[in-house]
Amino acid sequence: MNIQLIISFFIIIHLRKSFQTATRLPWWNKNLLNLMYACIALQVLELVFPAAKPVAVWLSHTIVLGIVGIIYLEETFRSARPTVFAVLPLILVSFLEDTIKLIIRDFYREWDNVFDAARFFAFIWLITLLIINKRQRKALEKERLKTHEEERQNKIMTTLKTNLEMQVAERTAELTSQKNALEHALAELTSTQALLIQSEKLASLGELTAGIAHEIQNPLNFVNNFSEVNTELIEEMKHEIDIGNLEEVKAIANDIKENQLKINHHGKRAEAIVKGMLQHSRTSNGIKEPTNINELADEYLRLAYHGLRAKDKSFNATMNTDFDNTIGDINIVSQDIGRVILNLITNAFYAVTEKKKQISSAPLGPGYEPTVSVTTKKIRNKILITVKDNGNGIPQNVLEKVFQPFFTTKPTGQGTGLGLSLSYDIIKAHGGELKVETKEGEGAAFIISLSLN
Amino acid sequence: MKILVVDDERDIQTLFEQRFRKEIRDKSLEFVFAFSGEEALKYLNHHEHEAVLILSDINMPGMSGLELLGHIKQKYSKPPPLVMMITAYGDAENFNMAKQLGADDFLTKPVDFSLLKEKFKMIH
Repeated sequence: MNIQLIISFFIIIHLRKSFQTATRLPWWNKNLLNLMYACIALQVLELVFPAAKPVAVWLSHTIVLGIVGIIYLEETFRSARPTVFAVLPLILVSFLEDTIKLIIRDFYREWDNVFDAARFFAFIWLITLLIINKRQRKALEKERLKTHEEERQNKIMTTLKTNLEMQVAERTAELTSQKNALEHALAELTSTQALLIQSEKLASLGELTAGIAHEIQNPLNFVNNFSEVNTELIEEMKHEIDIGNLEEVKAIANDIKENQLKINHHGKRAEAIVKGMLQHSRTSNGIKEPTNINELADEYLRLAYHGLRAKDKSFNATMNTDFDNTIGDINIVSQDIGRVILNLITNAFYAVTEKKKQISSAPLGPGYEPTVSVTTKKIRNKILITVKDNGNGIPQNVLEKVFQPFFTTKPTGQGTGLGLSLSYDIIKAHGGELKVETKEGEGAAFIISLSLN
Repeated sequence: MKILVVDDERDIQTLFEQRFRKEIRDKSLEFVFAFSGEEALKYLNHHEHEAVLILSDINMPGMSGLELLGHIKQKYSKPPPLVMMITAYGDAENFNMAKQLGADDFLTKPVDFSLLKEKFKMIH
């Protein structure tokens, strides 16, 4: 058996297998296959014709060295180099042996043992390296698998990342549209709120209308009556002049003058009410003007009272006022503060009416006198305006909510739930405070405190 | 004839005194004034059977004219004074309520003083 041919044969098989030349390197595949056939042919030749052995041997050396040369020169087969490195000593030893055998026969004979030993070591070398190679290859394979796995993981991660990004984009779009919808809803709510505030104003104006009518009618009656009286008095005065009773003329003239003052007073009273009504319905201009808070409170107390009287004939209440005349004019947006006072007074009247209803339905209840009082007081640099009632008071659980918008204890349709909330905002805007003191069953007091600075 | 006028408007006193200056001067009419239902009742308690006629506003803070009417007609039964109700709202509800409580007459504001004079003459 020719060792070179066997080595060549196996190297070719190894190359074809590990480089998958059949599919990847067709040109090399064809040539390697041819070379393999050549090896088989040479082996057969050597076995069949022993005489041709020297030729076969040298051809074999050529083939095997050629293959080694190819592997070392061709970059494609780079990774096959370690394998070749394993067989190389065996190839070289047998090449050297054959060469020496051919050139210096005597030397060869003399050193025969050395060659045997060399061949043996070359063989050991081969086996050792093959084992090492195999191990290395295994390790490499492992590494490769690991890398492959990592790549696979990376790919999965990339896919996941892409999916995630898509999901995020979807969610973002969803959130954006939700945000837009919410913004839209908010805008609608804001405009609805504005409408509600307007309707709260109109509702309170409606409450006032009857009161206003009454409050204007009364001074007008006085204006008419006193002017009629004055006409009569002037007739009388003429008569007294005719008869020369100057004392009486003077007395009558004084009466006329007094009546004129009364006419003027009641005319002004009516005018103030009309002005107040216009101010109440007008959108607040937000301009602070010096205002007599006592007159303002008194005006709204009367308006609220007569407004309620007109709506509910059975309604009645005692009104007490205690005004501090040292206050003078204070700088406020009068229609806004007026609205707050009106709201507090209307609430107070509502509270005492409710209590009266309860008591009158109970048999032989103690005498209850519904009373609403409005007081103003100047304490150092503060003005306190208190609206107090002796109604049922405010229960603790309700107390926390009274200033919340849309909170109402009135039956549906009777209160907007905005009165106290708006009042609170108005007082806040004046840099003041709106507080409530209450004792259940005994009444409530709402206290507006305004700073004079 | 003594007439008690009940109204929360204080100027009503001046007005009545001037409107009826002649009658007051020749003492055919005498007026007393009360500015609330409570004040009117107090007066009636102290001066029983003095006032022949009571002229009351309905719409007053505190005790209303109708409540006053009820008190008068219940308490002063021997014989009760005449009560004339005056209101700014000439509505059926107030009118019926006043009649039911025993009001002798019902007037709406603004008061027609010549008509009122006629009425006084008829009572006198």
